[in-house]
Amino acid sequence: MNNLIVLPVALPLIGAAVCILVGKSRTAQRFVSIATLVAVAAIAVWMVIDVDANGTLVTQAGGWRAPIGISLVADRFAAMMLVVSAIVLLAVLVYAVGQRDAEGNHVGFHPVYLVLSAGVASSFLTGDLFNLFVSFEVMLTASYVLITLGGSKAQVRAGMTYVVISLLASTLFLAALAITYMATGTVNMADLSGRIAELPEGLRSALGLLLIVVFGIKAALFPLYFWLPDSYPTAPSPVTAVFAGLLTKVGVYAIIRSQTLLIPAPDRAGTVLLVVAALTMLVGVFGAISQNDVKRVLSFHIVSQIGYMIMGLGLFTVAGLAGALLYIIHHIIVKTTLFLTSGLIEHTGGTGRLARIGGIARRLPVLAALFLLPALSLAGIPPFSGFVAKLALVSAGLDSGQYAVVAISLVVSLFTLFSMTKIWAGAFWGESHGDNGTDLIVEGRLGTPRVMTLATGSLAALSIAIAIASGPLYRFSERAADDLLHPARYVMEVMGR
Amino acid sequence: MSLLLAFCTATLFSFGTYLVLQRRLSRIVIGVGLLGHGANLTLMLSAGERGRPVFIGSDGDFTDPLPQALALTAIVITFGVTVFLLALAYRSWVVSHDDEVEDDVEDRLIASRLAAEVATDENGETHEAGYTDDSAGHVGEVQS
Repeated sequence: MNNLIVLPVALPLIGAAVCILVGKSRTAQRFVSIATLVAVAAIAVWMVIDVDANGTLVTQAGGWRAPIGISLVADRFAAMMLVVSAIVLLAVLVYAVGQRDAEGNHVGFHPVYLVLSAGVASSFLTGDLFNLFVSFEVMLTASYVLITLGGSKAQVRAGMTYVVISLLASTLFLAALAITYMATGTVNMADLSGRIAELPEGLRSALGLLLIVVFGIKAALFPLYFWLPDSYPTAPSPVTAVFAGLLTKVGVYAIIRSQTLLIPAPDRAGTVLLVVAALTMLVGVFGAISQNDVKRVLSFHIVSQIGYMIMGLGLFTVAGLAGALLYIIHHIIVKTTLFLTSGLIEHTGGTGRLARIGGIARRLPVLAALFLLPALSLAGIPPFSGFVAKLALVSAGLDSGQYAVVAISLVVSLFTLFSMTKIWAGAFWGESHGDNGTDLIVEGRLGTPRVMTLATGSLAALSIAIAIASGPLYRFSERAADDLLHPARYVMEVMGR
Repeated sequence: MSLLLAFCTATLFSFGTYLVLQRRLSRIVIGVGLLGHGANLTLMLSAGERGRPVFIGSDGDFTDPLPQALALTAIVITFGVTVFLLALAYRSWVVSHDDEVEDDVEDRLIASRLAAEVATDENGETHEAGYTDDSAGHVGEVQS
């Protein structure tokens, strides 16, 4: 049964190949890619149940034993991330089929999208640092294509920034890998876990910080976030939604994994991470307040929210990490919903600029509800999922005595609410201000986006389900966090000793 | 580790960094290429001492093959992405007859609006706070 771990990576790759073969029929492509992602989601759900009950699943590629072969490992954290990402990828694909903008105009959308999901799954499942690099590249190369698929001037400009910055991060990662291999003679993460502890102190901290920088670029941490609000908003809505929901979180996953598994407990840069987390939250939310476009406000919010996850990691306690994991689950779903809704706003209003749209609440109450729900959740208003996640983080922070960062996180929540009301007031209340006084919102002008609304609505419902099931979810996150803080278990499962 | 190769790596990294900081995409592509070479060379250097045979020789002592496999993978990836970047540079040239990487347009818009507000404040006039910009249709024309 352990070999089933390969499927979330292998199935989308096979699906991508089939999608190219049936490229002439868009219907066949849709069938193949949706069927593939449904299968991946089903496997992921089975995996998370199995892992929680029976412990970590491990498989060694080609049957070579751990330090030599490439390990694929599904522990609680990885399996959980896999489930959330599979569900989000599926929902966004359905949305893209409904929108027919990026998806209908280009034969390459479905294959590249499936390659992206293979890269994401592989990043979560790999137990090998070099394979993590390869997975990142698979994911990023697919994302380069998706972000520039339209080939318009704005997309090419934004794509350049995105590609160059990602390439720089990859080069740094490669250099970090070389240094790691030079110092320890292995790139298997379980093997590294023990060997890094034997290195001289300076080298250990240098490696830890280098990895934070490398993954921090991908996760958009404070000094390294500037590329994100620039490049994300130009892509088609479904692409932006999946990038916003998933790609930065893969970076956060890599930070959490490398800091807990690779770096021995005394060398963990807890204070540095907490300071970076606080700055990330503040800068992100202030950036959001100054923006005038729905997607750009939301893009800056991604940066701000990453700060909360890193805050949970920086505490390095079970409660802190559990809060961070819960926050990641909540954030992926809520953020994707918000971006899908902003796509619906652009679809009906013709633009995402707050100065030019308005009055949506009166004409399209369903859309307004779809925005309000995740927006309140993101700000942390009870009884939504964001409240539960933030409560877990705040109480963990208070337990650890980190009052400053807790205070900042609460203030940032307030500002988050403020910038959400800005979108609400601009887009949903008042009148629309089209050119020459014409009304921009004409119902049915671009067809009723029924499929798009359905996909967005099901994700919004899922975020409510998270809030309702927060008790069991938090206990699961606690078990996952406990695993993360005791890397010896992971090492034992992978190395078999 | 060979001192010469270490020196080469340092040179590649420094030249690459310089080129990446330029404005023209064609130079950035070359810079990224140099940085990639530097990183690959670092990987090769991690194999240990120089001058050992690649295959098992008569004395049974041979160089570590894993860094070479890693470097090969990395070279293929860097090559593919560099080609993509070149295609992007060409597309940029087709669309705008220029391969200069521009500033974030929206950022400049917000900065120019802020500057305008400060200017009106200095003239003693009141201004309406909020989103009063109506230049959305002319985003491309805004100059920093």
